[in-house]
Amino acid sequence: MTVIDQADLPKLVPARMRPRDVMRVGAVGLRTRPTRAFLSALGIAIGIAAMIGVVGISSSSGAELDRTLSALGTNLLTVSSGQTLLGEAAKMPVDAEAMIERIGPVESVSAAGRVGDAKVYRSEEVPEAQTGGITTYAARIDLLSTVGATVRSGTWLNEATERYPAVVLGSRAAERLGVGTAAPDTQVVVGGVRFTVVGILDPVPLATELDSAALTGWPVAAATLDFDGHPTTLYTRSDESKLASVRSVLAGTANPQAPNEVEVSRPSDALAAKQATSQAFTGLLLGVGAVALLVGGVGVANTMVISVLERRPEIGLRRSLGATRGQIRTQFLAESLLLSALGGAGGVLLGACVTIGYALYQGWPAVIPTWATIGGLAATLAIGALAGLYPAVRASRLSPTEALATP
Amino acid sequence: MTPPMISLSDVTRVYSGGVTALAAVSVEIGRGELVAIVGPSGSGKSTMLNVVGTLDRPSSGTVHIDGYDVSTLSDSRLSALRATRIGFVFQQFHLAAKVPALDNVADGLLYSGIGRAERRRRAAAALERVGLGHRLDHEPHELSGGERQRVAIARAVAGDPSLLLADEPTGALDSVSGAGVMELLHDLNTSGTTVVIITHDREIAASLPRQVRMRDGRIVFDSALNSGSALNSGSAAETPRHAEAGVA
Ligand SMILES: Nc1ncnc2c1ncn2[C@@H]1O[C@H](COP(=O)(O)OP(=O)(O)OP(=O)(O)O)[C@@H](O)[C@H]1O
Ligand SMILES: [Mg+2]
Repeated sequence: MTVIDQADLPKLVPARMRPRDVMRVGAVGLRTRPTRAFLSALGIAIGIAAMIGVVGISSSSGAELDRTLSALGTNLLTVSSGQTLLGEAAKMPVDAEAMIERIGPVESVSAAGRVGDAKVYRSEEVPEAQTGGITTYAARIDLLSTVGATVRSGTWLNEATERYPAVVLGSRAAERLGVGTAAPDTQVVVGGVRFTVVGILDPVPLATELDSAALTGWPVAAATLDFDGHPTTLYTRSDESKLASVRSVLAGTANPQAPNEVEVSRPSDALAAKQATSQAFTGLLLGVGAVALLVGGVGVANTMVISVLERRPEIGLRRSLGATRGQIRTQFLAESLLLSALGGAGGVLLGACVTIGYALYQGWPAVIPTWATIGGLAATLAIGALAGLYPAVRASRLSPTEALATP
Repeated sequence: MTPPMISLSDVTRVYSGGVTALAAVSVEIGRGELVAIVGPSGSGKSTMLNVVGTLDRPSSGTVHIDGYDVSTLSDSRLSALRATRIGFVFQQFHLAAKVPALDNVADGLLYSGIGRAERRRRAAAALERVGLGHRLDHEPHELSGGERQRVAIARAVAGDPSLLLADEPTGALDSVSGAGVMELLHDLNTSGTTVVIITHDREIAASLPRQVRMRDGRIVFDSALNSGSALNSGSAAETPRHAEAGVA
């Protein structure tokens, strides 16, 4: 027998596969079993779509809030009469408006005064119980511009109508009374007196109490509805940079005798706080999306395990053709990555469609944060790698002869 | 001096269940030989072919393929050895379903570092060589059994291996297709490839220049060592085995 020095023989080095070939071989399983590939990619897609949708919708609603706030301004402070120490409704002095007007940085003041006993009905025949929840306020003419409210139908009160039995309804109040549009012949009964509905407001984000209000002029309320002239809520706009100092003196100025009986608030803060609460809910939904994604990942892992089991003869053949263990491992890892990347891309698309659709429906600006898209795709790839690792390693460890012998 | 293509010495393969599939087999096959391996079922023919093809490692003994001592090579170097020097033909063809013949053959070159266009070009040439130049875009289910085996042979030889190992290549074919496949293997051998064929067909075995007969994991007859045609006689099995399983 001839003895050869092994060192004299040319070194055997396995050839590297080109990236394109790696992709092509990785796609073999997807091409031969498209339905299965589609279904397991769908699992990932649903998870990603859920997460992108949740993040997108919450971001869109956030963008809408920012838009609303920048349109309405964040410099509105309201002063409301609270309760006395004895628990009775407190009253602010009649000249509270004038006092506040004197604070330097205050740019404008308006007021609404509750007309305590004036109940509102659609007509004299409607029983009291059916039109509850509507409060009558005497309103200053500049209330509309101060709170940033808009009129949906008809007009706002003016110098003429504030003296006559004319009423402007908040959006919810109009709905409850069954008043669709303002017209000269549309009348409601306020405190037993027939008032003509001259206008209906859009919802007022910064003064939601106006939504279920019936607003009459200050003089007519005093003349016909026994309004006592005490304002119950003052609305002020101030220089944004001095808001804090205005806020600190507002209570004392509005009611010098009992500053603790009034409540000062900044409605834009309340809006933002509401948004923050819904963000906690978003976090919960995001968690649900993450679970869906995880389940999708398990689906991909399952598909890959089955794929490896089924394709043992193919693995054996590839080994006989000269594939190294690493190349077999790479093939199945690539397949798993492709599978979840397809699912991820589909999911991002689906999530974006859901977000855009919902935002359009709500009239919001559609916002899909880039970080969510990139994060979603990165998560998919991580899941694909994780799901494919074990099956790929198993495939690469198969003995070529056993793999080939599989029936 | 060029080493022999295949050299086994005292090769034993014991499966985990305790079956001794190869028992101290020694054999040498030179370059350009055309060898038939025969023997009853379970005699260790496939096991030996797998060891020769480096798909399996022996439990003991040494295997040299094209001069390389297989036991000194890592798994990835063995893979490179298979990619560059060894072609396999299996009884079950192992063609990829729904993939045209051309791509089935071209994928045989996937692990030899050749670009796709060149792989397809060589695949077309190999298919031409096995007489299937007119079936390039046929998928396996559109081919006859004989044609499928010829596609598999084209895949095995597309990379121009110096060694072709065939485990019952005609086992699943009728005699006419089988004869066509054998003719092809003869042609490949004529052009320089070393060819080792496992067969159950006595006629086919007899038509090849050299026959190796196995029984119970041993080589009981090798026509290169024993002159005369002992192939069909029962005498080989009756003579003491250690005398037969000699080192070349
Ligand atoms: N993976 C395995 N594990 C355990 N025993 C095995 C394995 N593969 C083969 N054997 C045993 O090894 C012996 C030789 O098997 P081998 O496949 O080499 O026979 P063969 O000569 O190719 O038979 P056939 O002509 O039927 O293909 C048999 O007894 C078989 O049962
Ligand atoms: Mg066999």
